[in-house]
Amino acid sequence: MTPEQIIFYVFAALVIISALLAVVVKSLVRSIFLFFVTLFAVAGLFVLSLGDFVAVTQIIVYVGGVLVLMLFAFMLSSKELLNTLELVKTRYSAVQNIPAIVLSLALFFILVFALVKSNVNQLDWINGGNHLSVSDNTVQIIGINLMTNYLFPFEVASVFLMMALIGAAHLARKDKAE
Amino acid sequence: MIPLSNFMMLSAALFVIGLYAVLVKRNVIQLLIGIEFMINAALINFVAAGKSDKNYMGGQMTALFTIVIAAASVAVALAIILNVYKYYKSIDPDKLNKLRD
Repeated sequence: MTPEQIIFYVFAALVIISALLAVVVKSLVRSIFLFFVTLFAVAGLFVLSLGDFVAVTQIIVYVGGVLVLMLFAFMLSSKELLNTLELVKTRYSAVQNIPAIVLSLALFFILVFALVKSNVNQLDWINGGNHLSVSDNTVQIIGINLMTNYLFPFEVASVFLMMALIGAAHLARKDKAE
Repeated sequence: MIPLSNFMMLSAALFVIGLYAVLVKRNVIQLLIGIEFMINAALINFVAAGKSDKNYMGGQMTALFTIVIAAASVAVALAIILNVYKYYKSIDPDKLNKLRD
């Protein structure tokens, strides 16, 4: 095993275990902090596939933004959320645990089957010579592409962020009329 | 060099975990975490495949835009959750059954 493979498997195990724990654990706070671990491990995987800028963005936006937002959301709601959530089985909960596990495992096997059948490692464009290498300056390539090939999505994203900002501020405001 | 299929296998597992969270959880915030897991699974695929596209960096650029949009949607979703909590005093998705007052 090369060191690269060892690092990959460590990060992969970290992703899977922390994601599973985040889903299984009852307490919301623990679930959010395990989500944090998963996001860091995913950023590590991005670095391994030579997406260093994406990895840094992942850490800044997800860990710095989304996670803090989630912590705020449940702290601003009441203390009731901090308690273990009531496990009352309502009549309308169509999907209980066992069918959900079966469904998830079935989808996983379908995905793995499709992956094995499609033989992704032998595709032409994967094996072509157009690989990123470790010494490439990805930030420069991304910057040039952002201002040329991807200029339109870039501008649309800025308008979209503006819309989300105004929308979130409008939704979360307090009514003055009352 | 790690083969692409390893990354894709991992992302399939992460996606399935997110799906399970979305199906089972009785709490909107945990449901949102499940959705984020699914988005992250897609991101792993994009970045891993984008390694073989040096000229356009399609995978990494798509991943960047996806991160931006996911962050914005989480902001709006949490604002909605706070409003829903103010109104229903609960964030169990099974109890949210009215759109009007």
